[in-house]
Amino acid sequence: MDRGLYVAMSGAKQLLQAQASNANNLANSNTPGFRADLEQQRTMPLFGPGQPSRVYALTERPGHDFKPGALQHTGRTLDVAIDGNGWLAVQTRDGKEAYTRAGNLEITPEGTLVTESGLPVLGSGGPIVLQPYQKLEIGADGTLSVLALGANPTEMAAVDQIKRVNPDNTDLEKGTDGLMHLKPGATPPASADVKLVSGFIEGSNVNNIEEMVQMIQLARHFENQIKVMKTLDDNSQASSDIMRMG
Amino acid sequence: MTTPALWIAKTGLDAQQTKMSVISNNLANANTFGFKKERALFEDLLYQNVRQVGAQSTQNTTLPSGLQIGTGVRTVATEKIHTQGNIIQTQNSLDIAVNGRGFMQVLMPAGDIAYTRDGSLKLDANGQLVTNGGYTLEPAITVPAGAQSITVGTDGTVSVLEPGNTAPTVVGNIQLADFINPTGLQPIGENLFRESVASGAPVVGVPGQDGLGTLQQGALESSNVNVVEELVNMIETQRAYEMNSKAIATTNDMLGFASNTL
Repeated sequence: MDRGLYVAMSGAKQLLQAQASNANNLANSNTPGFRADLEQQRTMPLFGPGQPSRVYALTERPGHDFKPGALQHTGRTLDVAIDGNGWLAVQTRDGKEAYTRAGNLEITPEGTLVTESGLPVLGSGGPIVLQPYQKLEIGADGTLSVLALGANPTEMAAVDQIKRVNPDNTDLEKGTDGLMHLKPGATPPASADVKLVSGFIEGSNVNNIEEMVQMIQLARHFENQIKVMKTLDDNSQASSDIMRMG
Repeated sequence: MTTPALWIAKTGLDAQQTKMSVISNNLANANTFGFKKERALFEDLLYQNVRQVGAQSTQNTTLPSGLQIGTGVRTVATEKIHTQGNIIQTQNSLDIAVNGRGFMQVLMPAGDIAYTRDGSLKLDANGQLVTNGGYTLEPAITVPAGAQSITVGTDGTVSVLEPGNTAPTVVGNIQLADFINPTGLQPIGENLFRESVASGAPVVGVPGQDGLGTLQQGALESSNVNVVEELVNMIETQRAYEMNSKAIATTNDMLGFASNTL
């Protein structure tokens, strides 16, 4: 049997994985703050005795699309979007720090500021806890100003500041929880130049048209692999026919 | 045989379908007094680590980038957005709007308290103030028979003018309840909300004090649904639905081509 069949099979299998990654981007085209995953294929030559003629394909995720998504107006104070580059710092379930751009925040009955999935948002010194308030404002620099219950409008007080970071995009990687984690290395300090806008949420940055085109391309590429497998099958059929007597 | 791409696209269809239901519910209630619009929130599902980045590709080399494939999207919550609706003047003395934070309390038949911002009150056969659904206001306020006029002050004081009297008589006070996280209230239909673990305990007080809103007689709070916004959401949802179904069709074609050709 020709080994080419396995090369074509590896191509088809890896293309199906790329298609899964593509479908995931499309499925998340309405997820707030979602960053599209990129996918690419790499050649993996197989070295052995003789020519390295067999080159397998390998699908990998070289990174993410860090373009900002469109800002959607909601008018809700607890919705914060990041204008430009930067991330909100949240605490994961195992106590580590991770980053997200999904700024649709909530308040627990205890007053902790959390993300939609219940992870505490980090302030200047750990999770942010707010006392009951009648009015909350989030400033462009993440400052939380609160007007306590029964207080006069003149008594608006700044209580905490949302921690924002702006590490280099190449230092970030999406974990299996969908949050961005820093690659092994130091924690970046809070960055003062990250600007927040309250009353907006940032949409997903998936470009639907781009993903559709990519999907068509992957599908055609997949068909090519199958065609090669078919041709190799025909070849081996032909060679066994030659051997047939009469 | 499971093909991840098919199932991932299916989660996308499910999510968009949920969003569409939420949008149609908002649109259907665009003219419901005291209605608070809802929105569906999505979150990406776990990622499968197919190949770990930084793993050893040989003894001396490591993989420069791995392969993590997401497993789709899920609807993490549908949440109510408690922004103020417009105040509409009706001139009906039993229509009461809450201007600011707080909910009116309603006694349910089972004896528990529900909360509402729909202040289109009525009188029942006993002269008690009730909601559209016939549930009495808490604390109960009874208007004596033959009252000439009913006045509700901004602080919730209800006074009536009885025949033969020159000065109005105070018959009760409407109180408001506030929650630290109104989004966490559980909507139970009939414009009512119920306290939940997420909302926190109610803080009952006099309207206009301690950060509570004031009451406005002769007015109602309209729903806070923005029809144009919902229509834009609808367009976006429909297109996202179409593209996810296209992803299913394409993956299906790929598999079909493989099984027909080979």
